[in-house]
Amino acid sequence: MQVTMTVNGTEVTRDVEPRLLLVHFLRETLGLTGTHWGCDTSNCGTCVVLVDGEPVKSCTALAAMTDGHEVRTVEGLAQGAAGGGTLDPVQQGFMEEHGLQCGFCTPGMMLTARALLDREPDPDEATIREAISGQICRCTGYATIVRSIQWAAAHPAAAPTEQEVVA
Amino acid sequence: MTTVQERSPMPQEREPNPALTDPSRPIGFGRVQRKEDPRFVRGKGRYLDDVVLPGMLHGAVLRSPMAHARLVSIDTTEALAHPKVHAVITGKDLEGLNLAWAPTLSADVQAVLATDKVRFQGQEVAFVVAEDRYSARDALELIDVEYEELPVVIDARRALDPGAAVIRDDKEGQTDNHIFDWEAGDKAETDAVFARADVVVRQEVVYPRVHPAPMETCGAIADYDPIDGKLTLYETTQAPHAHRTLYAMVAGIPEHKIRVIAGDIGGGFGNKVGIYPGYVCAIVGSIVTGKPVKWVEDRSENLMSTSFARDYIMKGEVAATRDGKILAVRTHVLADHGAFNATAQPTKYPAGFFSIFTGSYDLEAAHCSVTGVYTNKAPGGVAYACSFRVTEAVYLVERMVDVLAQELEMDPAELRLANFIRPEQFPYKNKTGWEYDSGDYEPALRMCMEQIGYADLRREQAEKRARGELMGIGVSFFTETVGAGPRKHMDIVGLGMNDGAEVRVHPTGKAVVRISVQTQGQGHETTFAQIVGEELGIPTEDIEVVHGDTDQTPFGLGTYGSRSTPVSGGAVALAARKVREKAKAIAAAMLETRPEDLEWEKGRFYVKGDPSAAKTISEIALGAHGTVELPEGVDGNLDAEVTYDPPNLTFPFGAYICVVDVDPGTGKVKVRRFVAVDDCGTRINPMIVEGQIHGGLADGVGMALMEFIGFDEQGNCLGGSFMDYLIPTAMEVPDWETGYTVTPSPHHPIGAKGIGESATVGSPPAVVNAVVDALAPFGVTHLDMPCTPARVWAAMQGRPTPPI
Repeated sequence: MQVTMTVNGTEVTRDVEPRLLLVHFLRETLGLTGTHWGCDTSNCGTCVVLVDGEPVKSCTALAAMTDGHEVRTVEGLAQGAAGGGTLDPVQQGFMEEHGLQCGFCTPGMMLTARALLDREPDPDEATIREAISGQICRCTGYATIVRSIQWAAAHPAAAPTEQEVVA
Repeated sequence: MTTVQERSPMPQEREPNPALTDPSRPIGFGRVQRKEDPRFVRGKGRYLDDVVLPGMLHGAVLRSPMAHARLVSIDTTEALAHPKVHAVITGKDLEGLNLAWAPTLSADVQAVLATDKVRFQGQEVAFVVAEDRYSARDALELIDVEYEELPVVIDARRALDPGAAVIRDDKEGQTDNHIFDWEAGDKAETDAVFARADVVVRQEVVYPRVHPAPMETCGAIADYDPIDGKLTLYETTQAPHAHRTLYAMVAGIPEHKIRVIAGDIGGGFGNKVGIYPGYVCAIVGSIVTGKPVKWVEDRSENLMSTSFARDYIMKGEVAATRDGKILAVRTHVLADHGAFNATAQPTKYPAGFFSIFTGSYDLEAAHCSVTGVYTNKAPGGVAYACSFRVTEAVYLVERMVDVLAQELEMDPAELRLANFIRPEQFPYKNKTGWEYDSGDYEPALRMCMEQIGYADLRREQAEKRARGELMGIGVSFFTETVGAGPRKHMDIVGLGMNDGAEVRVHPTGKAVVRISVQTQGQGHETTFAQIVGEELGIPTEDIEVVHGDTDQTPFGLGTYGSRSTPVSGGAVALAARKVREKAKAIAAAMLETRPEDLEWEKGRFYVKGDPSAAKTISEIALGAHGTVELPEGVDGNLDAEVTYDPPNLTFPFGAYICVVDVDPGTGKVKVRRFVAVDDCGTRINPMIVEGQIHGGLADGVGMALMEFIGFDEQGNCLGGSFMDYLIPTAMEVPDWETGYTVTPSPHHPIGAKGIGESATVGSPPAVVNAVVDALAPFGVTHLDMPCTPARVWAAMQGRPTPPI
């Protein structure tokens, strides 16, 4: 079957098997491997992308279900030039506050954070924790992810900054 | 005729290296952002499943639905007829290649694909290679396997019963499910101390089966080139070099024709140390089809078949005086190793470093014995940040000290303070033969108590108890045992546990460091650059760290057991120092003086008494590669290579206190606060150190309250998905509070001890001690993990512990 959707601002049309999961459509059909896959049961949230601005677990959606919708992946977070550009404050926040270690859950966490901040620019800690509660991180123990999102909230127009140095 | 040798212009009249004074270009130790982050936050990491090779096929494993059954027949006809299937491989096919069984890391063998029986639910039975991952899965459904069910052995306590089914009848002479007996310490001496002690407390303590469950599951892409006979193997591995050697030994492919590439790894925690059947199948699939074959397990496969952790049933005993002097500890452990003994630990240590169970205390005697048994469960055992079973050891002793405190009606923190090994006793030789390198325990525990407000919390608890509210305060103090290890004591399948490192300073003063260990999120690309920078005065951003590719890095055993900094970090520091010595000789030649007349300050050598006569490391690098007349015996580069054999292990330590509130109506435990004071010696990057601790603390809360791989009586795995194997989310863990002391390791080149697993080791007893403390009014003295609401509530009613 044919599906047409907007991915990171660009309209794409592809022939796919009806059973193709959105996560595999993004990763394998479009080659956007920043979206990861981590479980079979919609528990881990590694695969979260934004569909029309809302966080969706892309392992639990068919590509066909997003036909006609807008999908945003981690590759669409930074503004400007492909592969670089100006980082979203959320991306900058994760680097500033050590919100990532192995980096595997990070794209999903950042997209959920983006959706949260779009809806609620200055969330408190409890709200942040609840927002990311559908997602698992095995490395960070979450506190630095919370701080990363707080950093992004405090720097809504962040540009890349110099490395912080505390000897 | 006179020849005039032309010399290129040398940078002799330059300002001091600006990098040394530029705060935006940090050098050496300190908090800096990670070099790996820019690619990860852009979704540009390169994890195994992101790699796509031309013509690549996809593999999938058919697994046994039964825990113990004889294989009667396998019919692959229909699967082979699937239009997108290229190959179906069974155990019989592997027998022809002598690959049906592979050696484990513990002198046992493990079935790659079953030939005679299946021995645990989820065991590998057949491998399909197809054009895409969906077709490969479809074809699994077309394979018809007939099984003849056999009695199962699930409870390790029944594994040695006379009538128990013999799981490993493939092993010649094996007539029961016994694997090994092992002991440490002096039994007679320990028994004598117990016989004369005022007080003896006993408690059976179970460390249940759990799973590391990294967010990225395990996988491999095998790409065999039949023309030059070279196998390129992309793998989710924590130990690329060890894997290469083992494949050479097992598969008969010469070692120089194997290249193992470990790209970005989405978490390891010990899950990615071993060689799994799926990897071998991918290799065979590539050889058979002539194309690259990718195999990536799904989450259920990961939880059901790859390396589990723990599963120790420990009978703990402590002997003490009535006034609280701990005299001796002893224990017998029943160790459930599953269907194949595939634990990854040093050869001489079948129970890992469990004998460190004397903990942080100065004892008169100690003895432990461990019996390993086979059961119809997945193999594994050493994983999940366990530091080769120090997790089990620390959990046992820290739980037992609390049992003793309750018996003596003493404060658990005070009891610990009264029994610590004292600072002047280091290096301290414990009663099971370990030599603790350094430690200063009391300040760490006092700092932790101060930070959490221990006395106030005890007052609050007393008031709440009077009102019937359940609040618990749990203390734990751990000594870790990491950095394996000295080659005279430690090897894995005959490979000494050392690591190599190579430092090359390029002509322009930038550097590359090649290491044998493999990051899975620990930030090696940053911290190893910082170590070199600290030694050579080169900015972190000017140092590239290369790892995860056996064709590009020196040999070494890899990242697990918190050994990267203690072993590989030592290698890197020493290689950098060799470079510095060489730089000194070259600088002396450039400054026309003797090396002994030079002083080093970070980044440059200067003439004693004349700091203006100096050469920076980049000037020296250019000189080394340029036309400077080199001193005798010095060749024209600024490179060095070191393989580091650590003289001893390192012994990080820490004090943890956890506060919980228990809902009296439901038994639900809420972790209110957690303070962790860690000492890992020298701290290379405090941000990364703290991150490692945070992650381990979440592990501890998970294991104490939620995580559990259980089985029913038929051997069905009850923890085979994230719906059943519960991992903490941001809702179940508090905002961690941390502190630190610094007691450097006296034998490590930079005094660093390692931090990767401290919190996973130290935190579970703090949480469980807090839960038991909360339930003390009900007469509860112990509760086994995970302390689920059902178990807590049953304990409050005085009922037996439910399964979970």
